[in-house]
Amino acid sequence: MSLKRKTVDLIKRREKIALGGGEKAIQKQVSLGKMTARERIIAILDKDTFHEYDMFIEHEARDFNMDKKVLHGDGVIIGTGKVFDAPICIYAQDFTVAGGSLGLMHARKITKIMDHAMKMRVPLIGINDSGGARVQEGVNSLAGYGEIFYRNTLASGVIPQLSVILGPCAGGAVYSPALTDFVFVVDKISKMFITGPEVIKTVLGEEISMEELGGAKTHSEITGNAHFYADSEKECFEQIKELINYIPWNNTQKAVTIKAKEPKKSYKIDEIVPSDPKQPYDIKNVIKAVTDSSDFFEVHENWAKNIVIGFGRLKGETVGFVANQPIVLAGVLDVDSSDKAARFIRYCDAFNIPIVTFVDLPGYLPGVDQEHAGVIRHGAKVLYAYSEATVPKISVILRKAYGGGYIAMNSRHLRADFVFAWPGAEIAVMGPEGAANIIFRKEIAEADNPDEMRKKKIKEYKHKFANPYVAAAKGYVDSVIEPKETRQFIVHSIEVSINKTSSMPKKKHGIPPF
Amino acid sequence: MSEEKKRFKSLCIEGSKYYTYLTSKFENREKWEKPNDKIIKSYIPGKIVKIDIKEGQKIKNGDTLFIIEAMKMKNKVVAPFSGTILKVYVKKNENVPKNKLIVEFE
Repeated sequence: MSLKRKTVDLIKRREKIALGGGEKAIQKQVSLGKMTARERIIAILDKDTFHEYDMFIEHEARDFNMDKKVLHGDGVIIGTGKVFDAPICIYAQDFTVAGGSLGLMHARKITKIMDHAMKMRVPLIGINDSGGARVQEGVNSLAGYGEIFYRNTLASGVIPQLSVILGPCAGGAVYSPALTDFVFVVDKISKMFITGPEVIKTVLGEEISMEELGGAKTHSEITGNAHFYADSEKECFEQIKELINYIPWNNTQKAVTIKAKEPKKSYKIDEIVPSDPKQPYDIKNVIKAVTDSSDFFEVHENWAKNIVIGFGRLKGETVGFVANQPIVLAGVLDVDSSDKAARFIRYCDAFNIPIVTFVDLPGYLPGVDQEHAGVIRHGAKVLYAYSEATVPKISVILRKAYGGGYIAMNSRHLRADFVFAWPGAEIAVMGPEGAANIIFRKEIAEADNPDEMRKKKIKEYKHKFANPYVAAAKGYVDSVIEPKETRQFIVHSIEVSINKTSSMPKKKHGIPPF
Repeated sequence: MSEEKKRFKSLCIEGSKYYTYLTSKFENREKWEKPNDKIIKSYIPGKIVKIDIKEGQKIKNGDTLFIIEAMKMKNKVVAPFSGTILKVYVKKNENVPKNKLIVEFE
């Protein structure tokens, strides 16, 4: 056979494999509103950059007549490509081939591309659409999962790992996304759970739909397992590309700097925040008032909304924002918001992204449910994450910063590099009402008119402590700044922190309050 | 804004009332109740497969009260102290949710 004919033969072989599980299975996939695995990869990557490997892999199953079956690519596609010119390793499980079930060779393909991503120090994107372990392959299938989880763990904090859930991802399989940095879900398509509705019904008698148990909304609003929610696969892919644009390729690099742009004039920073600390406002407007083009790429938008996290750019450089949200639960720290912030702080620290913190919180959320849910342990994560972070850390105290909340939100005491406060900032152990009730308890109780006396004493306390100057007098606040100077001060802080050195003690690793 | 303002609720923290939206998780949180040690509730959803006690029966600490089948296991529930059974709230083969009142002591 001539090389030409052999080439024609190759093309035929490729075409056959590219059909995955065949026309019928593809039709079924499409009827569920889903794209095929190959379409998904091509939609995420820059045009004509996808290069596929291990197309001719054959599966290992020998029992239960499996040896007579052909599973194209063993149900997974792997390869490399580019997103906005950034090199990417990618894999996508193909549900049309044996339900995307994971057998030994399927797992080997995934671990091969993971190893490649680690060797080349480039981001890894994993698209999950699988019925789970291939039962016919027994423990080999479990071994495959284990190998993936181990690699996810080693790669954590070295290369960015993105998990995209575009179908079922159940049982042990969920632990790979859980170990990665960011999880993307799509409405009506994503399903994640450890045990499905059927098992829950037989074992526990509880009836719940798949969507309610582990659908996209559940994971982006209730559990916090998903970081990005989209209405369609197309929207999801845009989110992935935008994220890749904000983050560096690996932990030794900085994110790509783009052309600097001023914030939009419509965000008037000195008109957003009411002077009364009890009145709410949307903190995202403050963030947008300082970022380039007023762009803010929010992470965990729908979960633990009392804290806001996400990426923006300042003079073209990526910055991570952590900000209390006074419009939701008064911006308190609680179990979920602490988890959310702490993980994001550690992400930014691992990938050389400076952290800007906007502080406006009354403290921790009171309540039996919070205490019993371990708010002590969860709240401690924020302290741990800030203390440990060695990237430039800048805080701006906009209004209230009371008690433990003040300390936790990147205070000087946890080694913030720069702490700025607006003139309306109130830095104190607690709000004036609570403080007056404690300090002047006797005077209030003994007064002829206790209510009058309480009001008088609250006013007295406010006058004395509800300002930024007590903290500034001790150097805990570096500068009290005008609201409109905020962007300029933050940008300058980051510019002068470019050679920041840290003197963390040498250790294998700390014991964070997981 | 005024429409928006109407939806704000107040949240009291250390004597100060803040105006803010509440989350559904916060509003639907389980209210804490003082535990009543005279009652035994199901600690897991399941099926009551055996009831070893009758109302008015005197039992000793460690006696089996009932068996609840859950997670493919027959879980024996024993008396945490000695006493007299006031009332049994379930029947054999009944499916019970979590935290359902099963037995009350005098």
